[in-house]
Amino acid sequence: MTPDQARHTIEEAVTQIAPDADLYHLAPESDLRDGLELDSLDFLRLVEILSERTGRRIDEDDYPHLATLNSAVKFLAAR
Amino acid sequence: MADFRMPALGADMDEGTILEWLVKPGDQVHKGDVIAVIDTAKAAIDAESFCTGNIEQLVIGVGQTVPVGTVLATITEGAPPRAQRAPGAPPVRKKPERPPRPKAPRKREPEGVAAGPGQPTPTISPLTRQRARDLGVDVATLRGSGRGGSITRADVERAAAQQRKAAAKPAGQPGRRIRVSPRARRVAEELSVALASVHGTGPGGSVTESDVRRAALTRETGPPSGGTAPAGVAAPAEAAPQRVTGQRPPAAIAEPAARSAAERTRSMRQAIARLMARSKREIPHYYVSTTIDMTSSLNWLRERNRELEVSERLVPAALLLKAVAVAARQVPAVNGYWEDDQFSPAAAVHLGLAISLRGGGLLTPAIQGAGTLGLAELMSRMRDLVIRARSGRLRSSELTNATITVTNLGDQGVESVYGVIYPPQVALVGIGKIIERPVAIGGLIGVRPVVVATLSADHRASDGYTGARYLTEISDLLQRPEDL
Repeated sequence: MTPDQARHTIEEAVTQIAPDADLYHLAPESDLRDGLELDSLDFLRLVEILSERTGRRIDEDDYPHLATLNSAVKFLAAR
Repeated sequence: MADFRMPALGADMDEGTILEWLVKPGDQVHKGDVIAVIDTAKAAIDAESFCTGNIEQLVIGVGQTVPVGTVLATITEGAPPRAQRAPGAPPVRKKPERPPRPKAPRKREPEGVAAGPGQPTPTISPLTRQRARDLGVDVATLRGSGRGGSITRADVERAAAQQRKAAAKPAGQPGRRIRVSPRARRVAEELSVALASVHGTGPGGSVTESDVRRAALTRETGPPSGGTAPAGVAAPAEAAPQRVTGQRPPAAIAEPAARSAAERTRSMRQAIARLMARSKREIPHYYVSTTIDMTSSLNWLRERNRELEVSERLVPAALLLKAVAVAARQVPAVNGYWEDDQFSPAAAVHLGLAISLRGGGLLTPAIQGAGTLGLAELMSRMRDLVIRARSGRLRSSELTNATITVTNLGDQGVESVYGVIYPPQVALVGIGKIIERPVAIGGLIGVRPVVVATLSADHRASDGYTGARYLTEISDLLQRPEDL
């Protein structure tokens, strides 16, 4: 998965979970959960969707990689 | 004979509006069947029958707003007369009048997990589903051409092309992302309106709820004679090519429209204002708090989740909620109602959950019998409630009987929260964020994950000693997560 694909996948997933969330004004290094006001259930759903779409298992130990947009892109693209 | 009255869906509700009747005189209903949709200050709610019998008369019509307690319909209780059934015919099924809901997925609906009651969803990949959503195609109307009848991207795009042709207007340009408010999207799904065919009048051409209702109305009844629709709205009947069978009666669509987003926000604030002011006026609150070591709980969760798929994983909130509910069974003085100058303990723990809505405001539906549910079940109920609260599909029973409420603002990053009690309840538990803190353990400093749990309690019903015992009980339970 290229970084662009990863970014697109994340954007789609966020749009699905929080339709009102404004991903485009979120600084790439700021905290995804805080910035988009995702609660723990929203975040679980995000993990679920990303896992579905990339076809890869994402363990709890991987969650820190999903902290910011940049780190999440890097994490998904590296796979 | 029984009266079906306007229910009080929470202590903050004074009146409600019948949005839709789902039954007619003569219909058989069972206790718990959804028989009407009622609009309240906070949300449209599925109202359930309190008894089993036959609908005798609908007293209050669609669109009428009446105070809580007003008789809405009369029900002849007991088994329905046999004469009403043809011999050997199966009894009338539940909700006979409810038109099948369009099966288009709602936003936030988890695929597979805790989905709404038994609607078989067509096989469709998430990407295709997203594509359908972008194009305003209702997947429930599609016939899948893929393997095993699954819906493919080509199916969606073909349908979208047909919609565009039918609409014959520039609204549905290929790949154009339609801006739609979540509420409008839900209404569109319910009314089977193709979003691609709706002309948006909101900011930046976004589609608003009233645009959707106007499109539905135009489709049902022809262009409004009064000419209220702005020029160029033109959503003629053929612009809605994918209307689902089982149409709603026009009355349900035309009037009364559920409140607009702005009205909803205002009425929601007013309802919260009334209830919270009443709480602070009437209830002498006292507050206690404690810091709970979450090491055992988090370790246990991590081990448990390691083996599980994402959809089955538990979040710490599930464990916390379970502890709150179990402790309430053990300290019954915090679980129940203050009514008529005395405390009535509740037999079961129906755990109210403060759920913030994305557009502002909050709802507090209850997880029934939370104290006796297994963790996995509690988790799925919690997910289900959050989703339905935010998509506006709660049932009346879920809003009427919370015996204690919990607010989990920790999920939004604050360390502690002292809530305001929901009358007539007598306690509210606040859960903060789980954070790592230096803690003294056996004379040494260690770093441990901790959470601050608070209790706001009604001093008329209990004293600080009892409140303290309750929080200590929660803390103890969380040290033995395997027993929860």
